Amino acid sequence: MDFTVALAQIKPKLGCLDDNMALAEAAIEKGIAAGADLVVFPELALTGYFLKDLVPEVALRLDSPQMEKLKKLSERISIAIGFVEVSADYRFFNSAVYLEAGEIRHVHRKVYLPTYGLFDEQRYMARGERFRAFDTRFGRIGMLICEDMWHLSAPYILAMDGAMTLICLSSSPGRGVTESEGLGSAAAWQKLTTTTAMFLNCRVFYCNRVGYEDGINFWGGSEAISPSGEMTDRGAILEEDFVLAKVDGGALRRERIFSPMMRDENLAITVKELKRIDREKDC
Amino acid sequence: MGGLTVNTKLLRQILVGFVRDEVYKVGVRKGVLGLSGGIDSALVAYIAAEALGPENVHAYCMPYRTSNPESEAHARLVAESLGIKFKVIEITPMIDAYFTLTPDADNMRRGNKMARERMTILYDHSAAVGGLVLGTSNKTELLLGYGTLHGDMASALNPIGDIYKSQVWALSEAMGVPSEVIEKKPSADLWAGQTDEQELGFTYREADELLYRMVDQRMSREELVAAGFDAAFIDNVARKVQGSHFKRRLPIIAKVSNRTIDRDFRYARDWGK
Repeated sequence: MDFTVALAQIKPKLGCLDDNMALAEAAIEKGIAAGADLVVFPELALTGYFLKDLVPEVALRLDSPQMEKLKKLSERISIAIGFVEVSADYRFFNSAVYLEAGEIRHVHRKVYLPTYGLFDEQRYMARGERFRAFDTRFGRIGMLICEDMWHLSAPYILAMDGAMTLICLSSSPGRGVTESEGLGSAAAWQKLTTTTAMFLNCRVFYCNRVGYEDGINFWGGSEAISPSGEMTDRGAILEEDFVLAKVDGGALRRERIFSPMMRDENLAITVKELKRIDREKDC
Repeated sequence: MGGLTVNTKLLRQILVGFVRDEVYKVGVRKGVLGLSGGIDSALVAYIAAEALGPENVHAYCMPYRTSNPESEAHARLVAESLGIKFKVIEITPMIDAYFTLTPDADNMRRGNKMARERMTILYDHSAAVGGLVLGTSNKTELLLGYGTLHGDMASALNPIGDIYKSQVWALSEAMGVPSEVIEKKPSADLWAGQTDEQELGFTYREADELLYRMVDQRMSREELVAAGFDAAFIDNVARKVQGSHFKRRLPIIAKVSNRTIDRDFRYARDWGK
């Protein structure tokens, strides 16, 4: 099935739920008007990134009015968006929700919370415990949040769980200005998204935010990657953008015939060896 | 050396975007800065003019009677090439009035007083024109502590605080800062003939090569020696970095409550923006 994905490369306001909801709604309407079938937002699109002690103040329950509003909008377009989720037992997660046909289809809680260098996520948030693919009208999808994708096992698990589309929601700070053409962080991500797509014969939709928070820039450059690892569409670097990428449904089928690595991937060997490694690790 | 060479086009885009975004989100449209006639403030003026429009940049040259007249001429040259607002405010009357109380004050005290006098003027004009004070300290001098706390080190926003002096030179060239400003010897201009490098005892290029490896690449002392740096030079610079760290931090607060500012009461400055 051919479809159009919109990558909403927005600039959220730090800690301003209402403003960011308005930004998201405007982008959703824009996606609908442009004939997009799916709109993808960045990580923590509804809150901004360097929240620190604001985390509990901007957290949403899955039955919050904001979520109800997004559910309603998802009757007209599928939506993947990042926010802070609060659970019934008051844990706060860096989460991404996928909504379609008026309901929540999946919530992914970020597993790998970077807490090094300029990052401090695990100080403020609880860690997710699972990677699960889920069914959508575009086939099976897996969601990752930013740092999750830097752990090889995460997209691998999703692909083995049947995902043929990987959505990565990101708030990646720009750094590493050298003599090279692009930012160090952008170059690293571009390698990662294309290589992941190529390894797993999956499409990748990567949505990264822009703007500055306390002097730290987010570099944008959202991308759609074909299952052969070709970047087909890319958003502006360091500027707001709204990328409309036409997805050729047949490309996935052709790639999986041409390079049947996922067909040949041996889950039993992988599981057996990982179990052995786990067993021997404590010896 | 590889690491200090920068893609000036990309750097310019990030720094211009930084000034525009961080000024606008506060709800103002203007920037205020001191133009000394030196390269750092000239570069910030170029970045600010591109970010905010020259009509929204207010630059002040604040000479003391011992300042080199060439400094004011260079500040004026920068302001005129950019078309930014420019004003000269002599600080001699205020400084001299103060030091009649303690005529025996040494050069360091006098220099610090001048730097702080200039900063109070900038903050006053920040309120007068409704703009943010733009910092002009580069990464080299911030790391070495070669600046006056609450003086030239103060600001609301600093676009060049993460780039070394060598990178300031490269970006200034790319942005068209007049060559006479780029080529002259860096000086705090507190007295005639003073130069930064003479006072520091090493050149900025040497310091940048070392600091880049020490700070950005986190090379160990052994690795730095193996890379050809003189051990005494490494220790001297490392001592300066550590010894001046207090200048790069907010004042420390005695903790008694459960939520102490900055310790366990943590919010970004861009909170709600």
